[in-house]
Amino acid sequence: MAGAGIAVVGASLGGLRAAEQLRAAGWRGTITLFGDEPHLPYNRPPLSKEVLAGEAPASGTQLRRRPSVEDVEWRLGTAVATADLTARTLTLADGRVHPYEGLVAATGVRPRRLPLPGGPPRHVVRTLEDSAALAAELVAGARVLVIGSGFIGCEVAATARTAGCEVTVVAPESEPMVLAIGEDLARALRHRHEARGVRFRMGHLATALTPRGAVLDDGTELDADVLVEAVGSLPNTEWLAATPGLDLTDGILCDAHLRIGGLPHAVAVGDVARFPNPRYGPLPRRVEHWSVPGDTARHAARTLLAALTDTSRDPAPCAPLPSFWSDQFTLRLQSFGQPALADRAELLSGDPESADGDLLYGYYLGERLIGVAALGGPAAAAAAARHRAELMTLPEPVV
Amino acid sequence: MVKVTVDMDVCQNHGQCVFAAPDIFRIDEDGRLAYVASPDAALRDDAEDAADVCPLQAIRVEG
Repeated sequence: MAGAGIAVVGASLGGLRAAEQLRAAGWRGTITLFGDEPHLPYNRPPLSKEVLAGEAPASGTQLRRRPSVEDVEWRLGTAVATADLTARTLTLADGRVHPYEGLVAATGVRPRRLPLPGGPPRHVVRTLEDSAALAAELVAGARVLVIGSGFIGCEVAATARTAGCEVTVVAPESEPMVLAIGEDLARALRHRHEARGVRFRMGHLATALTPRGAVLDDGTELDADVLVEAVGSLPNTEWLAATPGLDLTDGILCDAHLRIGGLPHAVAVGDVARFPNPRYGPLPRRVEHWSVPGDTARHAARTLLAALTDTSRDPAPCAPLPSFWSDQFTLRLQSFGQPALADRAELLSGDPESADGDLLYGYYLGERLIGVAALGGPAAAAAAARHRAELMTLPEPVV
Repeated sequence: MVKVTVDMDVCQNHGQCVFAAPDIFRIDEDGRLAYVASPDAALRDDAEDAADVCPLQAIRVEG
């Protein structure tokens, strides 16, 4: 096994950051990165915005790579079929076996699909190819039906509307992005979308698809030329399914140091990892925010190297501060902390009735501020950043 | 000494760097990014972290 090096499964943001952090932590051995896509790691946020709008070339999305990872071995277009975490081997889709000393699981997520057959041309947005295929359909006047009102649904709706499409969003929740930002800010977000011509059918599900569009649960028929499925994601964990004892319910269950199933030589990072964040209590969670792959990669790299070199690891648990942003029309939505876990939201500044103007909400769990979210321009982000110190304060440890 | 540069044509004031490295980056009252171009070497890791979290990948760290 010695000399086999570290295998990183997944060659997107999490896999890249893991490789960089392994080097930063002192690993001089081999690093092999397996990615099922043919591309070097690229940045996904522009795929529902600038790239989808044709404003930025797909080639401009490639992620900055630190010089320290120039000597890693990239196995792109190479899917890993299964792993044996006891024997420490990977079996690739073509049947070849790859032994490793240490493993980083960074396989991320894929789009969930609607469990309905048929319909007009159907799209999801996850990869460069997805974005290019949808972009070709967003011509002025096209009727675009977006099912789902989370990040991707709202961003695609804004991009399509900006391109001159007739856009309708259907989702079962009360307001768009309500799970991420709460009722009040979500309502303001919807109003701003509606002011720009996006239609919403909130509180509804599509129950059938036809070549002409969709039928909703109240019998309404919506005509559509293009359907966008933006109904969340599924963690890519199938390659670990044969490993006994792993909890793969909604991602890979990890301990506070991102070790998989308590195994010393395997860690997980990014969207696919479900781990407890002591900032927000002991319950393990998966967080699909852009910042999380970087944060978890740093911690996971140290955990793995400590195991491989038989040295003591950093005793502090992984405790990232989640954050996200979303650009919709010319609006910037920005969040730091974990608004989704709050029991109440409070308007900190701005006028929610205004069609533009900046809004800042604070999110509290009891008396503790656990998140801020701003909607508006750069000044809103500045206002959110002013609460940094408060958000970074760790609560008393939960015993 | 570490040299930090931000491509201000690319920066969109996300403020992620402010959270990662508050001793180097801040957003001023007008919502514009301000930063220390030559921070102390002790802040190298913070600077690298900030470069990593920039959604526009607009931060360069040298030296």
